[in-house]
Amino acid sequence: MGLSDTKSANGVMVVRVEGQLVVGNRNELKEHLHRLLEKGERRFLIDFAQTGYIDSSGLGALVLLGRKVREEGGDLRLSGLNEDLRSLFELTKLDTLFAISETPDQALATF
Amino acid sequence: MTAPHTHPLRLCVRRTPVPGEMRVVQRVALKVPSKVDCIEEAVAVLTRHCLSGAEASSRVQFRLQVALSDALANAIVRGNREDADKQVYVQVDLHPDAVNIHVTDEGDGFDHASAAETLDPGSLDSPSGRGLFLIRHMVDDVHFNTQGNSICMTLRRR
Repeated sequence: MGLSDTKSANGVMVVRVEGQLVVGNRNELKEHLHRLLEKGERRFLIDFAQTGYIDSSGLGALVLLGRKVREEGGDLRLSGLNEDLRSLFELTKLDTLFAISETPDQALATF
Repeated sequence: MTAPHTHPLRLCVRRTPVPGEMRVVQRVALKVPSKVDCIEEAVAVLTRHCLSGAEASSRVQFRLQVALSDALANAIVRGNREDADKQVYVQVDLHPDAVNIHVTDEGDGFDHASAAETLDPGSLDSPSGRGLFLIRHMVDDVHFNTQGNSICMTLRRR
């Protein structure tokens, strides 16, 4: 899994995930966002346009990150989920926990 | 910090006669070390082989990947407790219309009958407890052996 960051014009940290988010690498994403939180970032968009699948540990990591960011007074939103991933979020009701947009641009407009 | 996984996983592929029938099935076997950083590669290798040469939708591929990843994670983390001396054994029988996947660990097993089949609405914010739920929804049929250390998942190709 690869991670890359860009900061949007309206100050949202956009984290792009390249590859699968699974039990073997979920801590990389957690540690990455914790470092950004320590640097003072509070508004995050995680984009999964380059992700094929996420397992239950990956979903759990997102739940923990969402909780952590909210505790810090921030906001964490998601974009780029393929049709199967979208159905996975609906199945687990996590679509009620996260604001999910089709594209990063659409998500950034909601912050 | 555990050492990264460096050795490629090797599939063992055999054509095996079906008892009492005239046909053979292709049987794929893979031994996976008890390290979570082996799971993604194991899923990739198994998915590539299970779905090659057959018409399978991207939805079937997605379901196979999620179910395999969670079954391997359960076997390695909960079953073998990441004990480097233990292995996880995957056996896949490739039928024309379905794949049967057995994932077996060397642990003591668990009481699968007591595992909840639905998600607790009150634990939506919980970081764990979705593995078996996801497996049951990704595949068409799930069975466990009596000991509870082996899961058999059936996924139809369409």
